[in-house]
Amino acid sequence: MKANRKNNRKVVTGKISRRTLISGLIAAAVLPVNALFAGDLEKNERLLHDLDDPTKSPGPGPSPLGKRSGFEKPVRKPSDISSRTPLQDLHSTITPADLHFERHHAGIPTIDPSKHELLIHGLVNRPMKFSLADLKRFPAITRTCFIECAGNFRTGKEEMTPQDVLGLTSQSEWTGVMLSTLFNEVGIDAKAQWFLAEGSDAAVMTRTIPLSKAWDDAMIVYAQNGEAIRPEQGYPIRLLLPGFEGNMNIKWLRRIELSEAPYMTREETSKYTYPVKDKIRMFSFEMDARSIITFPSYPQKVSKGYVEIRGIAWSGRGKVEKVEVSTDNGKTWQLANLQEPVLSKAHTYFRYLWNWNGNETEILSRVTDETGYLQPTLQQLVEARGPNIGGYHMNPITAWKVKADGSVWFKPEKYTDK
Amino acid sequence: MKRRITWVLVFPVSLLFFSVSSRFEVLDGQKSLTDTAKKAVKFGFGRTATPKEIASWDIDVRPDGKGLPAGKGDVKTGRIIYTTKCAVCHGANGTETPGVKLPGAALVGDTLAKARPKTIGNYWPYATTLFDYIRRSMPYNLPGSLTDNEVYGLTAYLLNANKIIKADVVLDAQNLPQIVMPARKLFIMDDRKGAPEIK
Repeated sequence: MKANRKNNRKVVTGKISRRTLISGLIAAAVLPVNALFAGDLEKNERLLHDLDDPTKSPGPGPSPLGKRSGFEKPVRKPSDISSRTPLQDLHSTITPADLHFERHHAGIPTIDPSKHELLIHGLVNRPMKFSLADLKRFPAITRTCFIECAGNFRTGKEEMTPQDVLGLTSQSEWTGVMLSTLFNEVGIDAKAQWFLAEGSDAAVMTRTIPLSKAWDDAMIVYAQNGEAIRPEQGYPIRLLLPGFEGNMNIKWLRRIELSEAPYMTREETSKYTYPVKDKIRMFSFEMDARSIITFPSYPQKVSKGYVEIRGIAWSGRGKVEKVEVSTDNGKTWQLANLQEPVLSKAHTYFRYLWNWNGNETEILSRVTDETGYLQPTLQQLVEARGPNIGGYHMNPITAWKVKADGSVWFKPEKYTDK
Repeated sequence: MKRRITWVLVFPVSLLFFSVSSRFEVLDGQKSLTDTAKKAVKFGFGRTATPKEIASWDIDVRPDGKGLPAGKGDVKTGRIIYTTKCAVCHGANGTETPGVKLPGAALVGDTLAKARPKTIGNYWPYATTLFDYIRRSMPYNLPGSLTDNEVYGLTAYLLNANKIIKADVVLDAQNLPQIVMPARKLFIMDDRKGAPEIK
């Protein structure tokens, strides 16, 4: 009976491997017989013990496709229009591809890579089309950087995880061809100042990008963390603009048109723009420096004594210069360790060892990037931009409240309109 | 007109990006971004795109009118198309109804700068964007299914509903770029360049 109950519990919670299941079933079938006829209680106990001991029976063999431990359940948090990365479940800066955040405007297209082509035309010497196979023949580059949605700011209640607050940022190792290599191939007219990038999803998403970005570090990428890009991330190719707001990194890319002027598409005028005092600011490309403590965070709990505070920091304008952590409500700040290598326009992992005395407090992090920009408070952003801040290009310091019982809660910031 | 608009658009932002480095200048700390090509190479990969291929995909419209197709549409026919193909998501009149959550955004509203919700009347700086966006991605369940005349008609209807053009205007490639949107004066280019200052 005991074996049956134990086995049932494991099935219900879903935390069961095939091996445990099989041996459990065998045990369930065998044990009552043992118990009834042999009456060997000692042996029975030993068998039960073996169920939880992985050294007592061989496990499954090799398989064509690996999967996570059944004990690990990191999941994205989807809404109607996006899904958010579980930042609190990650221990370093690469986001597993199936946990990369999503934002698309008319669903995920299914694209046959053998038929997909990229057109480059407009103010060029020779308009050209490139197949995916063509793109893979060009010299390639691999680069690790973050992509963050420009609308990555949520607040409002204490029961919010890092995923809820700013889960629309993820990091991958991207591989592809430098856009400058392709632009050299088609030849760019001296009058060109901008280029339009267009996706082949049902939104036929378009954004205008300054040509200087192509000569700097823009890429056309076809691989993410070593394998083909995921459909949600633009399969088979996407534009990668390191440091620029996510929406501009056009997925399912099919067309680039060189132009002397911006196109003023819907996504760069009536969307992805925000009030600054009595004006509306547009063409904010770089994501401003930001950081967040991902451990400890809601709904985790900590115990008195040593707690290693961990989190990520990043800047769309270059490298993270330093991250400071405060464990006393922002009164004093201490330098955190940065995990090497610190890459430009990339999530950078930080750690700070804290000896918690058990008293209620607030813990915060703030980043300074290589331009000298220090991550602001929400109050500072409101003072600079006015009270109608909206949700785009917001990067305020995030605070977590640690209560005496060790519970951790998000602190929804208040601000006053001065 | 065309020339002036282009100049106004390009000038302020081109200043920002004036220091465009040459293709082969490698910035400090960015050396890993250089690929294996030691100099400018024409690889000969890819092929020349035909004019027909370009025309079938080149659907964008610029504020100076570049890209607008032949055709025309008026407010009256636009209203009929709106009722048939748009109202199911955006509501009978495109306005926001308190307490009602529609699948589509509110399209019609006050033209005052501080008015909310954000609509074509108070938050769209260019009329050409309407044509471009409707043609490429609307209606949501059948994007790209509208004729150019239907898109002109819808654009006319929505501009009239937002009190930006009169009811008797017939829109075409000539007059659409001339329309000055109420929100145009509110929009400013981001001029931040990375510095300690919080802006």
